[in-house]
Amino acid sequence: MAETRDNVRYLPSHEWARLETDGTVTVGISDHAQDALGDVVFVELPEVGRAVQVGEEVAVVESVKAASDIYAPIAGTIISSNEALDSAPETVNEAPFDEGWFFRLQPTDDKALNELLTPEDYRALCAADDH
Amino acid sequence: MLIYEHSRPGRMARAQYVAAEGVSSELANDLGVHARSSTLGLPEVSELEVVRHYTNLSSKNFAIDKQFYPLGSCTMKYNPRGAHAVASIPGFLKRHPLAPLANSQGYLSCAYELQNYLKDVTGMQAVSLTPMAGAQGEFAGVAMIRAYHQKRGDHERVEILVPEAAHGTNPATAVMCGFVVREIPVTKEGDVDLEALKAAVGPRTAGLMMTNPSTCGVFERQIQEIAETVHEAGGLLYYDGANLNAILGKVRPGDMGFDVLHMNLHKTFATPHGGGGPGSGPVGVGARLAPFLPTPTVGMDEDGTYRWLDHKDIPDTIGRLSSFMGNAGILLRAYAYARLLGAEGMNRVGEYATLNANYLAKSLEKAGYTLAYPARRATHEFIVTLASEAKHQHVTAMDFAKRLLDYGYHAPTTYFPLLVPECLLIEPTETESKAEIDGFVAAMTQIRQEAMTDPALVTTAPHTLPVTRLDDVKAARDLDLAFKVTA
Repeated sequence: MAETRDNVRYLPSHEWARLETDGTVTVGISDHAQDALGDVVFVELPEVGRAVQVGEEVAVVESVKAASDIYAPIAGTIISSNEALDSAPETVNEAPFDEGWFFRLQPTDDKALNELLTPEDYRALCAADDH
Repeated sequence: MLIYEHSRPGRMARAQYVAAEGVSSELANDLGVHARSSTLGLPEVSELEVVRHYTNLSSKNFAIDKQFYPLGSCTMKYNPRGAHAVASIPGFLKRHPLAPLANSQGYLSCAYELQNYLKDVTGMQAVSLTPMAGAQGEFAGVAMIRAYHQKRGDHERVEILVPEAAHGTNPATAVMCGFVVREIPVTKEGDVDLEALKAAVGPRTAGLMMTNPSTCGVFERQIQEIAETVHEAGGLLYYDGANLNAILGKVRPGDMGFDVLHMNLHKTFATPHGGGGPGSGPVGVGARLAPFLPTPTVGMDEDGTYRWLDHKDIPDTIGRLSSFMGNAGILLRAYAYARLLGAEGMNRVGEYATLNANYLAKSLEKAGYTLAYPARRATHEFIVTLASEAKHQHVTAMDFAKRLLDYGYHAPTTYFPLLVPECLLIEPTETESKAEIDGFVAAMTQIRQEAMTDPALVTTAPHTLPVTRLDDVKAARDLDLAFKVTA
């Protein structure tokens, strides 16, 4: 069973979003997602300063099996990208909720996070996936 | 072993050697400072070494000439040698593309007739043979949709809708043409979610790109309603001809309501496929898009002479896509293939492609494999999902694919379409016999048995090939493509 974290919210497309104490939001992909993708070989990250809408394609993750788009879980402005993934994309497999984060954004309105899936909702979704 | 590793200083192929010394000094004078001073860094080998090297390499390849090649979505069918022979007639082979029209009437008549055959078989109003390959055909098709809306001053239409089960290049084409892509979900039975489509269409809809049959290997049953929905919203329908082989002679995209399509002649019309060889992606259009066709096309004047039609004949054309009209040799092969089959033979392509796929699907189901869409009749291809084997035996779709190589079969397409986990997309095509398909089923049955009793045998395959299991993660992460010549 894939790991989930209770301090983040999720998208049905398997991204997670975590509200940090400084009001920014960190985004990555879930353990379930990295497991389904297999070995990640490349991550394309958004440029810092880019304004993004909710649901917009902002990054791409490539594994030996497939390439998948990563969507913005919330509207805002990109304030940093995890450049360490350029040389070590395997970090996404090893620590999807920690060092394997993708980008951080300054949300337009962090309350929009409440509209994302709760950890319980997301666990139910993954369980249905695994049936 | 690379050809460079055979290299020994001073070796050469005398018979292939142009008397170079005199010419090169003269050339060097002409070139002046632009002349190269360093060596070319080419391997130094004899003619016999070159022949042996490449002949040996080619015998290691998996190829349709050697074995069953059920690569789904690619239609790796056999290309009859007769089509190749026709295209190789010296009059065709030696024709210069800039030769006077009077000297090219034979070729132009073939191209003109091919345009007509493709119109007939797809139910379209006009055809341009000019796109150089499928991707350029797609580009031409969507560029015409864009030109159509612009001509009408309808500038708000910025979105192209693409169902999840469409061919993978569709969203890329839409983006290349400056559109925003909206994905439409697919139901569990493999049909487009009509309610989601109805919610997505509107004044921003430029068009919908569809592959029918889809990459799920099933025919889109609500195509008429989909066409009406998109047309009522003011959008146009694009048909990706990737899977045309399944319906050839049976259903026509034009009759389904499509406004534009591209055909992959290298899939459906028996011309070379793969290896980066010359492609061909003609486009067909309905009446609304005919004014925008890419040039040149071939027309016939009243006196029966053929000539190129260019922007003077098609003033609203999206323009030229290359120097000439497509790859002439490929168009000739397609023409010969169409003539070899005739209307009756064309019918049998779709029939036998479908029969073979359904026979293979049912046989694999009996052997214990799980079909992704068991309730649906397969078209020309179908999907097996190995999610259960991956979960319980830890043997993945990739392992099954690799093990097939040991049995002498090219693997089916793996992990595509993305919406089915651990999948194999299998397309036998109409050119395989029942005995060949039965042989493949026997191998798959055996591999399934191995996965249950000795999974390591499968997960470490292939065992019998010159190259065994590759570390594809390392290969992707540490790209190393260039052989460094040490002179």
